[in-house]
Amino acid sequence: MGGLEVDITGKAGSFAISARFTAAPGVTALFGRSGAGKSTILKMIAGIMRPEEGRIVADGRVLFDAAAGINLPPRARGVGFVFQEDRLLPHLSVRRNLTYARWAGRRAGSRPLEEVVALLGLKPHLDRFPGTLSGGERQRVAIGRALLADPGILLMDEPLSSLDRQRRGEILPYLEAVAGETRIPVLYVSHETDEVARLADRVVAVEDGTAQVAGTPAEIIGFHRGEGDIPVSIVEGVVVDFDRRYGAASVDIGGVHIELSGVDLAEGAGLRLSVNASDVAIATTPHEGLSIRNQIPCTVEAVETAGTVADVLLRCGRQRLVARITARSASELGLAPERPVVALVKAISVASYSHAGKRHAT
Amino acid sequence: MMEAETAIVLLSAKVALAAILLALPPAFAVAWLLARRRFKGKGFVQAVVTLPLVLPPVVTGYGLLVLFGTQGPLGRLFEAAFGLTFAFRWTGAALAAGVMAFPLLVRPIRLSLEAVDRGLEEAAATLGASRLVVFLTVTLPLALPGVLAGAVLGFAKALGEFGATITFVSNIPGETQTLSLAIYALLQSPTGDTAALRLIIVSVLLALAAVLLSEWVARRLTERGGDGRA
Repeated sequence: MGGLEVDITGKAGSFAISARFTAAPGVTALFGRSGAGKSTILKMIAGIMRPEEGRIVADGRVLFDAAAGINLPPRARGVGFVFQEDRLLPHLSVRRNLTYARWAGRRAGSRPLEEVVALLGLKPHLDRFPGTLSGGERQRVAIGRALLADPGILLMDEPLSSLDRQRRGEILPYLEAVAGETRIPVLYVSHETDEVARLADRVVAVEDGTAQVAGTPAEIIGFHRGEGDIPVSIVEGVVVDFDRRYGAASVDIGGVHIELSGVDLAEGAGLRLSVNASDVAIATTPHEGLSIRNQIPCTVEAVETAGTVADVLLRCGRQRLVARITARSASELGLAPERPVVALVKAISVASYSHAGKRHAT
Repeated sequence: MMEAETAIVLLSAKVALAAILLALPPAFAVAWLLARRRFKGKGFVQAVVTLPLVLPPVVTGYGLLVLFGTQGPLGRLFEAAFGLTFAFRWTGAALAAGVMAFPLLVRPIRLSLEAVDRGLEEAAATLGASRLVVFLTVTLPLALPGVLAGAVLGFAKALGEFGATITFVSNIPGETQTLSLAIYALLQSPTGDTAALRLIIVSVLLALAAVLLSEWVARRLTERGGDGRA
């Protein structure tokens, strides 16, 4: 199945939007702060908002082409849209909501209802009404409804943002299941680093209405900020050794080894690690006798000072890390581009996701 | 006497029902325009729709007489096209009641249409529904309580309409003499007090029944949808 090509410019009120990227089958995250224009881009792809110029092509089918005067209405675009708010129809049962695209939208029902119901754990709720469901259950119904619309592209606009932390934790596994089985392009809008790290194959950075820089999560996150104040680095690696006695894994992140704790992993498994910038310290020379296990040789790429803090962008072999230190330390250590340093990362502060391994390990 | 009273009640119900069935489609269309469309002269349309509510009913009745009387332009048109006459007939009473009830129909329908979440219509469109199907499966069911409230309010108003009716189609027993007109006629006669009281009680009961019915249906509708119980 083919991918999605987006090359559009437009406006949302007086806010200028410019997006140029492609999305292959799999999950592509549109990542950036709130108000960066992520949702607007999604709505333009769905046909809810109209771009001024450009083209949108899905699987070889032209959805929008300003020059040729083509602008398919939302119903004809073959998308599945999961909104921030669930937008379930309150007067219809869960079952009628799930199958809406079939009885009201005349979409072909190539996928059995039972399969999607099982995937999202909705069996006990089929005859209930949306008003009686919890927020997490409602969002699961909304995801199922979009999947059952036989979409050629699945668009998800921060589907977890209206939920509290616990509910988000309940839904993420379902989203991973959807991401794991999908054979269509999924565009996932989010400003949450951990969601993107768990779900995305590729990331498109969205800043000030512009979406043009794309890459792997490791390349984009940390260098293009999400919502959180503290930047996060994403690192891809492979488990080379696992010490069951201490629950300590040694992970190869491209020539450099990093140690993790508390994970039960097999050797050879691929991992995606996320490291908070505030958990990374910098030394100018290697140190002995430290409890910090990970001392990674790097070179400074850039130092971004803002007030009392400085974010130091580091290149470590093929990986990149961000360290947040005080502006004073940065100045006293004399950190400047090209300077070799050692990044100190506490093993216990590294979060790992097996998602990347399932898909990319060879 | 009982037979005459039954006839009066049945005639009133017939007139009021015809009035609502006549007024509901255009009232919905106008409510839709006011709720969903931006256009020049919206304020003027709004004012015209409200007019029957604020004009003296006698004036509205006179206007109907001029327009829909046997010599009126619309009266002639309807007689020529459908063989339908209004002057001094129950159809005229229904027309008068419908016109008087019109603003009461438009307001709740407009409010309920404005309350329908446009996001739900957007979602339905992304699921492949055409505009007509979105209207039938999303907008209309969600606006239904308002339509119902409007219909009941309008029905009660039509049942009790007096001024415009008596001006337009006069007070003819068995043809245009609805409840209000019959009560009025009885109160004019020195011996009509008891008979008038009976009709007054009947009209109170009818109004009460209509309101209770609408409350019950509205409750059934919202119960089915649920309301955020987690």
